[in-house]
Amino acid sequence: MSPEPTLAAARRPLEGSRAVAETVARCRPQVVPAYPISPQTHIVEGVGALVRGGELEHCEFVTVESEFGAMSVCIGASAAGARTYTATSSQGLLFMAEALYNASGLGLPIVMTVANRALGAPINIWNDQSDSLSQRDSGWIQLYARDSQAACDLHPIAFRLAEELSVPVMVCMDGFVLTHAVEPLDVPGQEVVDGFLPPYAPCQVLDPAAPLSIGAMVGPEAFTEVRYLAHHRMETAVQRFPELARRYAKLVGRPAEDLARGYRLEDARTVVVAMGSVLGTLEDVVDEARGRGLAVGAVELTCFRPFPAGKLRELLVDAEHVVVLERALSVGSGGILTAELAAAGVGAHARITTVIAGLGGRPVTAKALRKLIADATARRLPPMEFLDLDHDLLRRVHARENGR
Amino acid sequence: MSATKVKFYQVGSFAVGNRLLPSSARSNQSDAHRADSIVSGHRACQGCGELLGARYVLDTAMRAAEGKLVVVNATGCLEVTTTPFPESAWRVPWLHSLFGNAPAVASGVAAALRAQGRTDVRVLGQAGDGGTVDIGLGCLSGMFERGDDVLFVCYDNEAYMNTGVQRSGATPPAARTATTPVAPGHPGNEFGHGKDVPAIAMAHRIPYVATATVADLRDLEAKVERAMSLHGPRYLHVLVPCPLGWGAPGSQTVRLARLATESGLFPLIEAMDGELVAASPIRRRVPVEEYLRAQGRYAHLFGEPGRPDLVARIQEIADRNIRVYGLEPVS
Repeated sequence: MSPEPTLAAARRPLEGSRAVAETVARCRPQVVPAYPISPQTHIVEGVGALVRGGELEHCEFVTVESEFGAMSVCIGASAAGARTYTATSSQGLLFMAEALYNASGLGLPIVMTVANRALGAPINIWNDQSDSLSQRDSGWIQLYARDSQAACDLHPIAFRLAEELSVPVMVCMDGFVLTHAVEPLDVPGQEVVDGFLPPYAPCQVLDPAAPLSIGAMVGPEAFTEVRYLAHHRMETAVQRFPELARRYAKLVGRPAEDLARGYRLEDARTVVVAMGSVLGTLEDVVDEARGRGLAVGAVELTCFRPFPAGKLRELLVDAEHVVVLERALSVGSGGILTAELAAAGVGAHARITTVIAGLGGRPVTAKALRKLIADATARRLPPMEFLDLDHDLLRRVHARENGR
Repeated sequence: MSATKVKFYQVGSFAVGNRLLPSSARSNQSDAHRADSIVSGHRACQGCGELLGARYVLDTAMRAAEGKLVVVNATGCLEVTTTPFPESAWRVPWLHSLFGNAPAVASGVAAALRAQGRTDVRVLGQAGDGGTVDIGLGCLSGMFERGDDVLFVCYDNEAYMNTGVQRSGATPPAARTATTPVAPGHPGNEFGHGKDVPAIAMAHRIPYVATATVADLRDLEAKVERAMSLHGPRYLHVLVPCPLGWGAPGSQTVRLARLATESGLFPLIEAMDGELVAASPIRRRVPVEEYLRAQGRYAHLFGEPGRPDLVARIQEIADRNIRVYGLEPVS
């Protein structure tokens, strides 16, 4: 990173992880605990190298013994007034789970990248979104990046949002698909981030000059109120996130991130809703379908927590058929996003269909999406289906089980 | 004029009354300007060894840190009894996160202070034996091996008392707990189970490891002072009898702690950089039976017919400690 690239010259081929690491470094975190897990590891390696190399100053890079330890170090550091960052994936996120709820409950504005990966067993290191979606009730804001550039851009916004609201933020980016892909990316200049993200000013801090007890036991007389306040504080992000995103977009000269965005929604009767890197392929397929005269559009959901119900109702108001492309499965129930959309009142006048796709790194191909859109527009989709299911394999398994 | 005989040992021990000492040698607790890190009004049981130990540890650490101390507390009795919202018994900056992560949270506080250039503020982590030797051991080991500048204190009452007396990795053999009931073939807690965390700490070759009890509070203060004079990871393991879990009146807390050391079951040691540097000799040795008989958790050893065989096995443990650590009185 030396000499410091100017903004104009900053666009260069970078691995997604490296670009995120450099962007995070521009946010001047003061404590970064690190624990390796694929496919997140390159991110903390990158931050660590910037600390060792002296490019990220006044930052303690702590190599911890587990993800539980990583989030616990974040909790202590954040409560002691330091801007705090870490990254994880999959089993690592689950190993942190207890500490995730604790961090949000204590109102600590930690920012964490989640390089999305499947959950085992069976062990699987490849991409889906089961990990972060399993923590949807943990009290963290969750932002999903459609590409590596978005992943970069979301981090300064995440720090600012977290610190304004005293709510931790997960920036979720699809593992390998984004973390390990090399493409031309803009890393913001230090002056840009400094102009956008003021130094962390904690609203309460462990300070010998003004001793506070943080983490007291709260009983039935006030626990509900604590949760109510947390819910309403997080909901303010529905306004604040787009405002901050627009301000940041102006500084870097790119389109602003938003809670959710529509793609070719004009007169669209069938709309596919998705989160993350699948949006790129999906939009290409929507373009093709439009070329064939099909009234198809797409909605990208960036902000999953807080869930922007109003924004989604608005985007989907004219849809007759909402197809939800789910990169995770709630076993025994179905699509997580589908349930959220239904609860938000989307589909009061439209059919909602769940499509479970791309679990454990199975590619969501243009071919499969073409067939999906053809089936959807021809009203051939069942209420729930698994994209690209290997029916031969299933038949063999069923035959073996029945033969027992 | 007849001379008045001064009774030097006043409390049935070898402790010296504060008023007989020059002010510089007196206990920190006798100082009117002590920190009072934990104040009255907390909900701990009468005779709680843990609260007694924590008060001495923290006030001494506060004096050493000139009032600039941050305390991280694991879940447990010490946390539950002191911070029922909206009350707090703490007059130090105090953070409670989870049961098993206090050492890592303390590491985080230390890292944040380093990053902010606050070299004047010291960090102390504390937990019970469950939070230290069991659920928190991974984080504790990580904090040790990284060399983080944290004094970690384990208040060991030898079981999970806050949840109703279940065995921990620090529960001694033959002790009856809710999860080690006495049954045919089971003497209470099994022999040969459990772990020696001071020895595990020493194996990390950290700057300072010590054991202490609430029977000798001046010794406890001295060890905290020594720990605070050093930097890097330091570990203090304090035996704190629990009236509820041990089955003894609150009035017996200090006596039981004393008998634990005088019997040889709880050696008082100090180690620096992984090497033993001191072990306190036992001046008045007692058989383990004197210690065990005073506690309800060992009552099954002394009924009719009793279990003299098990008492003998516990005596062997004490004898081994005395031999290994050289706890015999010099004279």
